Amino acid sequence: AEQPLTAPSAQMERVVVSMQDPDQGVKMRSQRLLVTVIPHAVTGSDVVQWLTQKFCISEEEAVHLGAVLLQHGYIYPLRDPRSLVLRPDETPYRFQTPYFWTSTLWPAAELDYAIYLAKKNIRKQGTLADYEKECYDRLHTKISHAWDLVLMQAREQLRAAKQRRKGDRLVIACQEQTYWLVNRPPPGVPSVLEQGPGRGSCAASRVHMTKSADFYKQEIEYCRRALGRTRVKSSVCLEAYLSFCGQRGPHDPLVSGCLPSNPWISDDDAYWVMNAPTVAAPTKLRVERWGFSFRELLEDPVGRAHFMDFLGKEFSGENLSFWEACEELRYGAQARVPTLVDAVYQQFLAPGAARWVNIDSRTMERTLEGLRQPHRYVLDDAQLHIYMLMKKDSYPRFLKSDMYKGLLAEAGIPLETKKRVFPFSRRPRHSSPSPALLPTAVELTAAGGPGGGDGVA
Amino acid sequence: MCDQTFLANVFGSCDKCFKQRALRPVFKKSQQLSYCSTCAEIVSATLKKIKGQLDTARARAAGLHQVAERVEALGQFVMKTRRTLKGHGNKVLCMDWCKDKRRIVSSSQDGKVIVWDSFTTNKEHAVTMPCTWVMACAYAPSGCAIACGGLDNKCSVYPLTFDKNENMAAKKKSVAMHTNYLSACSFTNSDMQILTASGDGTCALWDVESGQLLQSFHGHGADVLCLDLAPSETGNTFVSGGCDKKAMVWDMRSGQCVQAFETHESDINSVRYYPSGDAFASGSDDATCRLYDLRADREVAIYSKESIIFGASSVDFSLSGRLLFAGYNDYTINVWDVLKGSRVSILFGHENRVSTLRVSPDGTAFCSGSWDHTLRVREMVFSFRVCERRKEG
Repeated sequence: AEQPLTAPSAQMERVVVSMQDPDQGVKMRSQRLLVTVIPHAVTGSDVVQWLTQKFCISEEEAVHLGAVLLQHGYIYPLRDPRSLVLRPDETPYRFQTPYFWTSTLWPAAELDYAIYLAKKNIRKQGTLADYEKECYDRLHTKISHAWDLVLMQAREQLRAAKQRRKGDRLVIACQEQTYWLVNRPPPGVPSVLEQGPGRGSCAASRVHMTKSADFYKQEIEYCRRALGRTRVKSSVCLEAYLSFCGQRGPHDPLVSGCLPSNPWISDDDAYWVMNAPTVAAPTKLRVERWGFSFRELLEDPVGRAHFMDFLGKEFSGENLSFWEACEELRYGAQARVPTLVDAVYQQFLAPGAARWVNIDSRTMERTLEGLRQPHRYVLDDAQLHIYMLMKKDSYPRFLKSDMYKGLLAEAGIPLETKKRVFPFSRRPRHSSPSPALLPTAVELTAAGGPGGGDGVA
Repeated sequence: MCDQTFLANVFGSCDKCFKQRALRPVFKKSQQLSYCSTCAEIVSATLKKIKGQLDTARARAAGLHQVAERVEALGQFVMKTRRTLKGHGNKVLCMDWCKDKRRIVSSSQDGKVIVWDSFTTNKEHAVTMPCTWVMACAYAPSGCAIACGGLDNKCSVYPLTFDKNENMAAKKKSVAMHTNYLSACSFTNSDMQILTASGDGTCALWDVESGQLLQSFHGHGADVLCLDLAPSETGNTFVSGGCDKKAMVWDMRSGQCVQAFETHESDINSVRYYPSGDAFASGSDDATCRLYDLRADREVAIYSKESIIFGASSVDFSLSGRLLFAGYNDYTINVWDVLKGSRVSILFGHENRVSTLRVSPDGTAFCSGSWDHTLRVREMVFSFRVCERRKEG
């Protein structure tokens, strides 16, 4: 198994090392604990202050960052090392010795844990916490064959410790305790070393890349395409972000709010009712969005319906129908491909078809050729041609039309819901019928699908 | 004098000026040449000059944040958690919104997949997968089915039924088969097709009804961890990110990689398209989020801070693309101003890693799922609304 958290560990170590810098680091002091004096201690508040200044962050974030360093065992509390909690006050802490860093001493060995628990048990009967007692018993069963070694090691370590000064003994005990709190956390405390399922890194690549001639041919083709690709100037691209965000800002509920109210704040689903996928009176913002891009218009079922009406008046409704049929083909079930292709051909492409679409001869030729071996993308060229035709021709005229202008004028701006006078009386949250219950909820393509949540019983 | 070290000089004909001089080794295109000291000096001086020019050119080329200096700052705001969904008995790994803007599907480590109406916090459906670590789940566009998978190397589709007599697990359809864990899945524009990403280094497009593989996408050098479909007019591409630090854009029809970006320094955990479809953001274990522009074919912004040490596991944009929400492995969520590059907010709401984060389909809220077994739905209100400012100014 790979060592966990290599990148954050390196970063955390860097931070902790700079915290211990004699000039620029956290202020060190000697801490008196009962009769012993421990040097090189720091207070929680000093740690927080140092982090605030060093990273230019708020105190809240500094406390969080300090807590992270503590939870990973880089800092330990001198008093009560039973829990790794950072208190931003006079509570004393010390920096963990690199010997006990996760990156140095990993993985934590079961044998070492057994020795540690045995030491605790021998030193004073009953100092083991409940979960530690459980682990102790479990380890006893698991490594019963080596238990003599465990007890011998434990006694030897305790004897050696007695020969040290009280201060050193205390510090080493704290360091060790912190190490085990990180590597064997008590129940209820999440393990910071826990990782998701193992991932294959680049080095240990599970992907079998045979560098065959085909592979290199593909690489060359990719590079050739990449070289030939037209790139847009950065300045143009960057301006596009500004104009997009600026245009969409008022339509973004998280940035500009929404009227009558945000359902999550007011517990009132009126906003969703008013903006249901198919609604008789779309709001002003919604009708405005139809003018942002052709895609926006088509993705809105109400917008699309109005556009279809408009096309009908211009006798080019078959274009949109053709496009819809092509979408159905592209995103439909594989088994239906031959049937759909045939249906589209009969209805839109065959000479004398009922709803014949006007495609240029070259595209038509190519499409008819492709129809001999129908697949789901066989109508792509024709679909794109018709899409562009609608986008460049019909769409701009739609936006200039009286129909659209009328819709825009008719569309209303909802009034803001008045704030509740009694904040304690909560509005009941209405449930909505699940989309899975609606009878029409079968095989709908594109954005024309039904959406539930209109809150109507 | 005896203990002084002498520099051993080689005399000969300089490879550049051909004069007889003391020679020094110089490397040109991994070929070793011997230059006299004068020629060697000239080469290093030229190199320094070119490097200097490149640095000034790079500094001059305006980044997104410089261009956005004239945009108004977002200002003060209030953010609150509005719903806390409790019910998973273990780490929440993935979630997805339903198109109805209120329902959510979430999956967890213990194999449970739950469908909630997050507005009322009611659980509507629950199914237990036969495997642990269900790392991917997705809601079908119609709202009638969900897809999920993980350590079982498969992606399965469950039709949602309210029939009390029917066991949801009975109607399960096994669609995708990979040779390693499933890391991400997404329906395309319909319930009939699913796109998957896997730890076997490939992505694949499947026909739901038959389970047939329609297209496979090879090119990543290691596990693929995430994918997102492009909101484009022609609906033909998607982006994927993997442990090979690459983000790759694919043509769904041909299976070819059309663009690749490799500037991250570690695994890419999450990719999400910018609402216009012209760019995408990525979140990585290198503790940064980056914005890649598809038309300019390069990275245009980095969102990082020295105090952010842990990787970003999940990213998503607000509706206008102005805000980027990112969940991190140090239990926090950072909200970034996409244009200015500054951090708008840091949230401490979770008690363990944030594993998944999505903005709702109508942009009214965002939901985060975490290893602390909960999902939380939050909203934001800016005190000085941007649209109001524009009216006045």
